Amino acid sequence: MKQITVTVNGQPHTAEVEPRLLLVHYIRENLNLTGTHIGCDTSSCGACTILLDGKSVKSCTVLAVQANGKSVATVEGLCAPGAALHPIQEGFKENHGLHCGYCTPGMMMRAIELLEQNPNPTEEEIRWGISGNLCRCTGYNNIVKAIQYAGAKIRGEETPSTEPQFV
Amino acid sequence: MTQQCKTSKAIGGMGHSIKRKEDVRFVQGKGNYVDDIKLDGMLYMDIVRSPYAYAKIKKIDAEAALKIPGVVAVVTGKDLEQYNLHWMPTLMSDTQMVLPTDTVMYQAQEVAAVIATSRYAARDGREAVRVDYEPMKPVIDPFKALDPDAPVLRTDKPGKTDNHIWHWEVGDKAKTEEVFANAEVVVKEQMHIPRIHVASIETCGCVADYDKVNNHLTMYMTTQAPHAIRTVIALVAGHVGLTEEKVRVVAPDIGGGFGGKVPVYPGYVIAIAVSFLVGKPVKWIEDRSENLQADSFARDYHITAEMAGTKEGKILATRFKVLADHGYTDASANPSKFPTGMFSIATGSYDYHTAYMEADAIYTNKPPGGVAYRCSFRVTEAVHAIERMTDRFALEIGKDPAQLRFENFIKKEDFPWPSPTGWIYDSGDYEAGLRKAMDAIGYDELRKEQAEKRANGELMGIGISTFTEVVGAGPSKDFDILGIKMFDSAEIRVHPTGKAIARFGTKSQGQGHETTYAQIIAEELGIPAENIQVEEGDTDTAPYGLGTYASRSTPTAGAAAAIAARKLRDKARKIAAYLLEVSEDDLEWEPGKFFVKGAPEKAKTIQELVFAAYTNHPQGMEAGFEATHYYDPPNLTFPSGAYICVVDIDKETGGINVRRFVAIDDCGNIINPMIVQGQVHGGLTQGIAPAMYESLVYDEAGNILNGTFMDYLVPTAVESPNWETGHVITPSPHHPIGAKGVGESPTVGAPPAIANAIVDALSPYGITHLDIPITPYKVWKALKEKGAI
Repeated sequence: MKQITVTVNGQPHTAEVEPRLLLVHYIRENLNLTGTHIGCDTSSCGACTILLDGKSVKSCTVLAVQANGKSVATVEGLCAPGAALHPIQEGFKENHGLHCGYCTPGMMMRAIELLEQNPNPTEEEIRWGISGNLCRCTGYNNIVKAIQYAGAKIRGEETPSTEPQFV
Repeated sequence: MTQQCKTSKAIGGMGHSIKRKEDVRFVQGKGNYVDDIKLDGMLYMDIVRSPYAYAKIKKIDAEAALKIPGVVAVVTGKDLEQYNLHWMPTLMSDTQMVLPTDTVMYQAQEVAAVIATSRYAARDGREAVRVDYEPMKPVIDPFKALDPDAPVLRTDKPGKTDNHIWHWEVGDKAKTEEVFANAEVVVKEQMHIPRIHVASIETCGCVADYDKVNNHLTMYMTTQAPHAIRTVIALVAGHVGLTEEKVRVVAPDIGGGFGGKVPVYPGYVIAIAVSFLVGKPVKWIEDRSENLQADSFARDYHITAEMAGTKEGKILATRFKVLADHGYTDASANPSKFPTGMFSIATGSYDYHTAYMEADAIYTNKPPGGVAYRCSFRVTEAVHAIERMTDRFALEIGKDPAQLRFENFIKKEDFPWPSPTGWIYDSGDYEAGLRKAMDAIGYDELRKEQAEKRANGELMGIGISTFTEVVGAGPSKDFDILGIKMFDSAEIRVHPTGKAIARFGTKSQGQGHETTYAQIIAEELGIPAENIQVEEGDTDTAPYGLGTYASRSTPTAGAAAAIAARKLRDKARKIAAYLLEVSEDDLEWEPGKFFVKGAPEKAKTIQELVFAAYTNHPQGMEAGFEATHYYDPPNLTFPSGAYICVVDIDKETGGINVRRFVAIDDCGNIINPMIVQGQVHGGLTQGIAPAMYESLVYDEAGNILNGTFMDYLVPTAVESPNWETGHVITPSPHHPIGAKGVGESPTVGAPPAIANAIVDALSPYGITHLDIPITPYKVWKALKEKGAI
């Protein structure tokens, strides 16, 4: 067992953990932050994406001990209960960027870093930027819209229409 | 879009793109999925799986596993045999092993279960269980399964002498043969609809929680059909005391279902058995590789498809012969009387009257299935066959495939239309749909561009699919699952202050029922959708229903919601007449209130009327404001669509670029255009998946070659094009709100549009068909074989 201290959503947590414990299991089972999900066993799907010292990582591919002394941000930290949604949460909600909601937290955490690196990405840049995260429900159109909406909101610009467009 | 909203945006009835109510919790990480459930004293289960496709089990040695700290038990088939729980029925009344006592039938089959106090200890235990196998030669190639020298796989079935499961046929065989014998043009292709997997991002799992003191089981599980599961548990385990009132099945939030969460998998049953024996909660969550390798597959139909017609382009008859590879047991999720599901919709959108179809199902050493993956029971296979063959016929006679379709469509005035295989299509306007799709994509200009490109040796293709689906199972006369009729239900309870809770027998897995059902009730009662709370998935509280799959929720439970709400509106009218001191006939309704004809200022709002139902109801009237309805549909619904796909192909590499894709759907009246569009987007990506990327591949020894997400290619945002969607609307004439269901249309309609586009691009080189998934290698190889490169 090894003692670790990880700051999660601003709160430091100290625990004795097995060296092999995956960060995603530490987050979900030790801290009961179940918004971070698990969708595969090969680091392919991105449902477990969190921010580790501000960088998006798949927390199924990081050991909890590797997060020792670092800060973790999960979906639960995006807005306080009852407070206004984070722009990325608002973007997904307003643009129907989710169906079952399972990939959503990971997708949003990835999108946050994407928008930090590239505040006004093109559609193609968004598509490549989230290509490490799988969604089986939405067909991605509205995830792209959600990220564009969040980008505009973060930049302080008028947000694009959220009405569905039909041919 | 021609649908007008009858309610204000504040009420949010049908036709409004109101934002989804459920998203508030999902975007904050507050969904509650099965793996999020944590109970005191909970044990964890992991499963030992077979490395062989077909083998005798000589010995299972659990000694080392049991020494691992935290491991409390290792369960084998012999243990379950003591309780007669080592086999279970499938939904198709075949039998499936829960755990084997002597033989494994496919790679990754469950062999033993390890129970431990933690997830990691359970996995350690799994790795430490030693199993001695005696491998046998498996049956993998379905075309060799019926060879005289093929081993008979189901030796557990007394008297079984081959690997044949069943034969099915429909249509007029003699007449079809006659039409084919005399036809000017006959085209024929052999095609395979590949074995694929739903691959919902959440895998399957459960927490079985048996309480020994109260003799009560709560089963939290990833299921699309909680009520049916409860009944099955009671039927299978009633003899040990788990009668139906002692069982509660809870389907919490489900991370995608797509049909893969309809069956009962062995893991669920083992978890229940262990919890029952030890009196503690047992959690089982499969990992992705187990999910892909062992859970029910979809499709895997080998189809010999033929179409007969005239040189001018009139379709006269079709003939389809299917070989269905079911793996080692028929674990399909079809209505009982339909072993091939609704495959007989394969006559499509076309006006001809002669068809014959037959199917034979066989056993092989592969995982059991097949589920109705985002598809109303084999409609995907049917649509692929008819839409591919329609293009094949057009190619043969040198006619534009759009023109050929216009000349053969069932006309909108000919509905209801009886199909040669016995369906009564409810409504449609196929011509309008295709016309709209062609206008949206600029069809004529694309054909001109294609001609120019062909002259330069460049490869560009345009593919059309104009499909008809059959969904909303279904009428109780014909449709049941394990004998339970396929109605569905709604129960609406309006509180004194005019806010409501509504419960249903269905179960959303992402479809947005919490929003759309509320909109249906808002439409009928005028209570704002935001004031209507929708609940599903808990058998203790929800009315009985058969669940969500086969695009059946809106056709069945949605109809039940509308009718239950109308019962309440009738009651409200009586109360309004009493309060306003007029006769019921003197009242008029507008969404949200009754008013006196000619005196609109004399009115009572629905909220006032509901309050009166609790505080001032007429003497003799039952108090309260509640209604329930069990809806038995008079017919199925027949959504349709016109899809056009444009592809550019790199001749040197075979690389395929989907340049554009336009989807025009007719799902009848629309409850929420935003949600319908979202369903279409998602289904289209699940359509491009088998068309270009996904198939489960086995080698000759029965090893799965792509059983992880590393090599099973679920499309990302890069592979998925920007979908363009639209609608034509022909309301279903028999459905209370004129809706037809939409969730599956795009998954069904997209693969042939893409395949037709690719074949169209390659057709100048004599290529008439390629099996999906059509990969760059397949394209390159075909071009090479034809000497094009």
